[in-house]
Amino acid sequence: MSLIRLAGIARVFHLGDSVVHALNGLDVSIEAGEYVAIMGPSGSGKSTLLNLLGLLDRPDAGSYRLEGRDVTTLSPDEQAAVRSLRIGFVFQSFHLVPRLTAAENVALPMMLAGIPAAERAKRVAQALKDFGLDQRADHRPDQLSGGQRQRVAIARATIMQPAVLLADEPTGNLDRATGDDVINLLEALNQRGMTLIVVTHDQKIGGRARRQLMMEDGELKFDSARQAPAAG
Amino acid sequence: MRTVDVLRFARDAATGYPLRTFLSVLAMAIGVAAVVVLTALGDGARRYVVEQFSALGSNLVIVLPGRSATGGFSPANALTTTPRDLTIDDAFALTRLPSVRRVAPLTAGNSEINANGRLREVVVAGTASTYLDIRSFKMAAGSFLPEGDWNRGLPVAVIGSKIKEEIFGSAPAVGELIRLGDRRLRIVGVLKSVGQGLGMNTDEVVFVPAGVAQSLFNTNTLFRILIEARSRDEIEAVKREVAAALKARHGGEEDTTVITQDAVLATFDKLLRALTAAVAGIAAISLAVAGILVMNVMLVAVTQRTGEIGLLKALGARGTTIRDAFMAEAAMLSLVGALTGYGLGLFGAFVLRQVYPVFPAYPPDWAVIAALVTALSTGLLFGIMPARRAARLDPVQALMKH
Repeated sequence: MSLIRLAGIARVFHLGDSVVHALNGLDVSIEAGEYVAIMGPSGSGKSTLLNLLGLLDRPDAGSYRLEGRDVTTLSPDEQAAVRSLRIGFVFQSFHLVPRLTAAENVALPMMLAGIPAAERAKRVAQALKDFGLDQRADHRPDQLSGGQRQRVAIARATIMQPAVLLADEPTGNLDRATGDDVINLLEALNQRGMTLIVVTHDQKIGGRARRQLMMEDGELKFDSARQAPAAG
Repeated sequence: MRTVDVLRFARDAATGYPLRTFLSVLAMAIGVAAVVVLTALGDGARRYVVEQFSALGSNLVIVLPGRSATGGFSPANALTTTPRDLTIDDAFALTRLPSVRRVAPLTAGNSEINANGRLREVVVAGTASTYLDIRSFKMAAGSFLPEGDWNRGLPVAVIGSKIKEEIFGSAPAVGELIRLGDRRLRIVGVLKSVGQGLGMNTDEVVFVPAGVAQSLFNTNTLFRILIEARSRDEIEAVKREVAAALKARHGGEEDTTVITQDAVLATFDKLLRALTAAVAGIAAISLAVAGILVMNVMLVAVTQRTGEIGLLKALGARGTTIRDAFMAEAAMLSLVGALTGYGLGLFGAFVLRQVYPVFPAYPPDWAVIAALVTALSTGLLFGIMPARRAARLDPVQALMKH
């Protein structure tokens, strides 16, 4: 059973009179523990795909099975529960809550899930230690460097031990060296079994993934797992 | 999300934007404080008037010359009816009525007191020994006017505490001779200070026997007759008996007006309660404005924190959780504002009482409760819309705004 199975996924946006097919008849399967890079020029539909995978958006057609369960038909609250327990997000601009400390930001998903404060504190302390942030627990985001911020964000994304980690241009706001550190960190998580899906337009970062998906005009142009590069 | 976490999250969100929070709390506080202070003023006025009338004495019935209770004068009145004056004999006749306990005649005028080398303008009240008990006055020194024939009157006087203070200072006044107009009178008593009552400051009045006052002012009429009923239940009986007795004495003509303290008091009480309610209503408008301000602030907060709302949704927050968090924040702003305003209002009322000690400026309970409830409910009511807007935000759109 695939972790993620997309069949005939389509997503259409209406911009004024024109109709934009952001995703068009997409069929993709991703197994548990894979390391996938989604690449393509802007407007190719890779962000839309990531939003669909993260249940932030709904497809107009097709089915999405996560761990064998059809998640497109779930109610918003059920989708929120799936996001809470099975999906971790890492964003280009970190998306840390500015008024909360690093520890509080990491604890946020657990707080939303209703985990008791004592349990949260224990897991946050462990996570901050694992990510080398234990000296920064009480710092607010504006007191942290970019790399530290993204490490806090990754700690937050993984604190609920999700099945899949979705990273949207995770190095986009970082310099080369810090970006490499972040990628190394994500790859280390993947080596420990976490499914990692990275959206990037950086060839170098995309090339490090074991599997590349090339998007263009809402369609999958190339899937390295199929060893069948499409023409053009 | 646990309730305690929702509250903590809302509190942190509120304290995370201190200026915004301060301004909306301030607006709410001013609204509540306005209600508290204004109703304290209105209710204070009511209590003040009630106390003034209570100070007149209990079970009091007052007879005024003339028919009209409002005492208006019109030329037609002067031509057609010539109200017979109230006389000392009228007053004395009333003492024999069954429901009447005491009667005191009252005639008043201005004169000059000359004693101890000092001269002063004073109000002179001509009355009888019964006046002391009817008005529940207390003597500071000596005794009140002696009993005796009301028409004759001995050359004695009782002075108010302020006059005693101004003319004799700390020296004893009882037994001293004074000149009042063209009369020489001996002081037999000094009243304890009582303050306002019946439109004149009793501390600045010289009391003389009614007969003395009448000859001083060269008149044979009375200004009022004060009557004390035997009990509260007999006030109405007194009113009837007095009206009937005076009608009989005045040749069948109803040319006097009998009023009771209760009737006057009830009118003032009703009037001032209405005034207080009106003032409270006006102040409540500021509460509504404060509620709208809280809504405005929360709408700005939703816009300001759109990215955060998107993030919370991505992290698994349900729509209801986000709505609850924003509602909790609006409720906190309103609650803190309302309590602050309540404190400010009580302080304002306290300052008023310090500045005007005679004025009992206490906010009535109903106004305080209404103000707090209105503040909270407007805050919550106006918090619903922004909170729902936050809960309905599309996470993809929201995350892009950062």
